[in-house]
This record gives sequence, structure tokens and C-alpha cells, in this order.
Amino acid sequence: MSADAGRERTRPVRCLIAKVGLDGHDRGAHVIARAFRDAGFEVVYSGLHRAPEEIVQAAIQEDVDVLGISILSGAHDTLVPKVVEGLEEYGAFSETLLIVGGIIPEEDRDDLREMGVAAIFGPGTPMQETIDFVRENAPVRPDDPA
Amino acid sequence: MTEPDSPDAPDRNRQLVASLLDGEHRALARVISRIEDRAPGHRDLVSRLHPHTGDAAVIGVTGSPGAGKSTLVDKLAAAYRDRGNTVGVVAVDPASPYSGGSVLGDRIRMAATVGDMDVFVRSMSARGRLGGLSTATTDTVHALDAFGKDVVLVETVGAGQNEVDIVRTADTVAVVVQPGSGDDVQMLKAGILEIGDVFVVNKADMDGVDRLLAELEEMLHRSGSGGAPVDAGGHHGPAVGAGGHHGPTAGASAPETGPDDGDADGRESGSDPETGADVPSWDPRVVTTVATEGDGIDDLVDAFDAHASYLRASGAGRERARSRHAAEIRRLVREDANVLLDAEIRRQGGLDALAERVLAGDTDPYTVASRIVEPIADCVDDGRPPREAADDPDTTAERGPDGDA
Repeated sequence: MSADAGRERTRPVRCLIAKVGLDGHDRGAHVIARAFRDAGFEVVYSGLHRAPEEIVQAAIQEDVDVLGISILSGAHDTLVPKVVEGLEEYGAFSETLLIVGGIIPEEDRDDLREMGVAAIFGPGTPMQETIDFVRENAPVRPDDPA
Repeated sequence: MTEPDSPDAPDRNRQLVASLLDGEHRALARVISRIEDRAPGHRDLVSRLHPHTGDAAVIGVTGSPGAGKSTLVDKLAAAYRDRGNTVGVVAVDPASPYSGGSVLGDRIRMAATVGDMDVFVRSMSARGRLGGLSTATTDTVHALDAFGKDVVLVETVGAGQNEVDIVRTADTVAVVVQPGSGDDVQMLKAGILEIGDVFVVNKADMDGVDRLLAELEEMLHRSGSGGAPVDAGGHHGPAVGAGGHHGPTAGASAPETGPDDGDADGRESGSDPETGADVPSWDPRVVTTVATEGDGIDDLVDAFDAHASYLRASGAGRERARSRHAAEIRRLVREDANVLLDAEIRRQGGLDALAERVLAGDTDPYTVASRIVEPIADCVDDGRPPREAADDPDTTAERGPDGDA
């Protein structure tokens, strides 16, 4: 009899939904957080006006699989790299699915993807599309039960 | 962390624990995840942590939704940081009963300490499990303790038995109430009162504080123990020896305690007569705060400190630790027994099939239940010796049938 019985439950996807920088519009973040919850994910919500370092701190401590950053201010090109850098510092970047939501101009998207952003979801993205993307792409850990 | 994808859990655990003890935040985070997920090998992991635990002051903070627990915890964490302590926070939120998912929002209130890695905040979802949550929370506290956190704050909504079980595992329990909420008084009446070592009247700038304080005082002292009166500032000296309210010696303690003390004995079942008669007992303190402004936080920290020294001086801390371990053992044993039983149910065709047979009139639930438990009971009754040593003196182990129950 295994010493670790009682683990038939599969691990829920753990996400951090983060608002970074000065933009104070969190309606989208709330909607995403609720939709993720209803999809069975565990969602940690950061609250407003977080600095990139704070986002990184939360992502590390909460050990999330998915980091979703909501940005509507246009500051994505300075804020996202800082988050990426911070995650790398902790060696967590490769095991975190980084997605960005909000208003990102088409011409900036390739840069973000190059930085390691897995997907960008602009206004009007069907919720199910985002949820499916997370389900399919949430990183598998070496210690996950097969 | 690039661990090889091998099933070699002990190796991985050794490495993980070493990194945790080295102060790596990510290792701590990962250890907590594995504890929470009940990942393979998590028990071995907790066992490895155990020798490094026992130094943290664990403070449970509970109260009804909206009482200001998260803000209070945030300010407390900042206060402990100010005096040089490192802090761990476990914030437990309920899960949606429909999807099993959850939105964990306690971080929203964590403002005073963001960016400070010496405050390690972990949000935890109830994940719809019953009972297992307190195990996961306790083990998470162990991880933070082993990591070297001086203070661990555990925050739960004081709504149900589950949450009460969680805060009970703390060294010191703070119950947060707010004025103008009749619910809070009801909650206290419903069994939260007994577990509180410190009562926090938060939002003390709101109307109705005096009334709440009076009600609290009445509830805390109605047993005629003559305890120190409630003081709005939370300064009523060392509260030792004042009442017969709490602590393991309730009912057999201070001489001035009235004979009607029966309903006042609160905490755990751990009243242990061996701790002697003249051990001081703890009179629950009441502290008023305005957490958003940081008012009263120092008083609250003082109250926690006073309770900690009480625990040390009276031996009640040891007693509490003992009953905590006892509860832990019992819980783990039950979990294991449940797994055995589940396996037996599966072997007998599964719960649905068994229920179907009852429905068809072939049998009844009692018969089914006995048949499931029987193989396990047989092993116990036969006195099958446990692997290490026969530690049950009542059963004379004459034979040991092999094979798993």
C-alpha cells in the first residue's frame, strides 16, 4: 500500500492574474479571473497597481503554472520584460506559461512573443479560446503524476 | 530546477528540502505545491521537514468575511518585519463548489509588504476537499517553519468546522470581529468564542464599538471567573492568573474560578491534569484596531507576545503541541484508513453498484458496510502485528496474516 495514497485528484491549473503598472482598469482582469475559476482553475488575483517585481514575487511564492498579465496602459514594452527577467532570475520562467491580455498594438506583438509571451489575447477574444489555450499549454511539471 | 523526470521521489525530495533549507524561495513554493497537491512522495517530504520545525510562532487569524482579516494580516506582517522577524502567511479561501476553481484574493490586501521576499505569502484554496484542507495547511505551516520563518500567520474565514480546525492548529488564535455586524456575535456564540486567545475588534472607528466590546466582555466573562475587564487598548497587563477561561487547565485552575466554570473550558480536548494546579491560565485579551490605518497593531503584537510567553511559562504550549500532534496522527491514520476502505469498496464492485443492490432490495446499507469493513477489522482483531513492533498491549499477536487488507 503506497504511502502516498489518496492522490487520484489531478492538480488544478494555478494562475496568477496580475495588473501591472499604473493602469487602473481591472474589469477585464476580474472577468478573466472569474471565467478561469469557473473553468476549475485556481486563480490568484494580484490587485491593482503592482510593480513588476511584485508580480514576480507573487508568481514565485504562489508557484503558479500560468501568469496572465493584463495591461491596458500601453506600457507593456517596458513592464513585460521586467517580469520576464524577474522570473528568469528565480529560474521559474521556463515553467511558467506567460500570457498577456489587454490592448497590445499589432506591431508590438512579435516583440512580446520573442520575449517569451506565449499568447496575447486582445479585446473580443472569446473566453473559451483563452481557457482552452491555458488548458492545452499549462506546463507539466516533472513531479506531476502521469 | 531541472529535475530529471524519474520516479525517484526520495532523491528529488532530498534535493528539494536541501534547497528549501538553503533559503530558496522557489524550493519553498514548490514544496508547498507538492504538499497541497498531495503529490507522490509528499509524505516523505513532510517527514524530512519535520526535524527543522517547531521554532515558528504560529498565529491563526479567523473571523467572518469582511471583518478585515487580510488587511490585518498585512499590517501584522509589516509590524513583525519592522522588528526584524521573517514572516510566512497562509491565506485560505473557499473554493467554488461548482467548478472546484477559486479566486484567491487575499493578495489584493497585501500592500504593506509587497516586494519584500522575507514575507512569504501563499494563497490556498479549499479545493472542495473536506478535512484534507487542515492537513495541507498544517503541512504548509511546517514548510514555512522549516524554511526559518519566525512568525507564520494563517488566515481563514471562520465559517465552518474546517476553518476552525485549521486555526486550532495555531499556537495563538486571533478572532477578528467588527462593530455593527450581528453576524459576528452570532458567530462567536456558535463556537468561535472558545477558540480565541485574542479577540480583535477591528474597524474600531465605526459606530457600535462600545456595544460590541460590552457584548464581548459579557461573553468572555459570563462564567464568573472574575477575569480582567476588557480594555479598549488591549493593555491589561499580563493576563495570567486572572480567569479560568482558557488553557489546558480550565476547570481545575485558579482558585477564584467559580464552580460554574464548566462551559468556559474551551480549547481542544487537551485539558491535562498533569500540568499541575497552579499553572497560570490565560485570560483572552481584547484588542481594538483600525487595520486600514494601522491603529492598534502594536497592541495586537503585544497581545500575541504575551500569549506566547504564557504558552512557554505555563507549559500550555507544550500541551498544545502535543494535542496538535495527536490530532495530526489521528487525521493521517484516518486518511489512510479511508484509502483502504475505498480500495475495498472498489474491490466489491464500487459504490454505485453496491447502492444499486440496496435499491433493488437485495441487501441493506448496514450489511454492505459491514462486509466492506470486515476484512480490515479481521486484521485488527487478529492482532496482526504492525510492521515495527506490537504497540497495542490489548491484542496478543499470535499470528500475522500476510497480505494487504
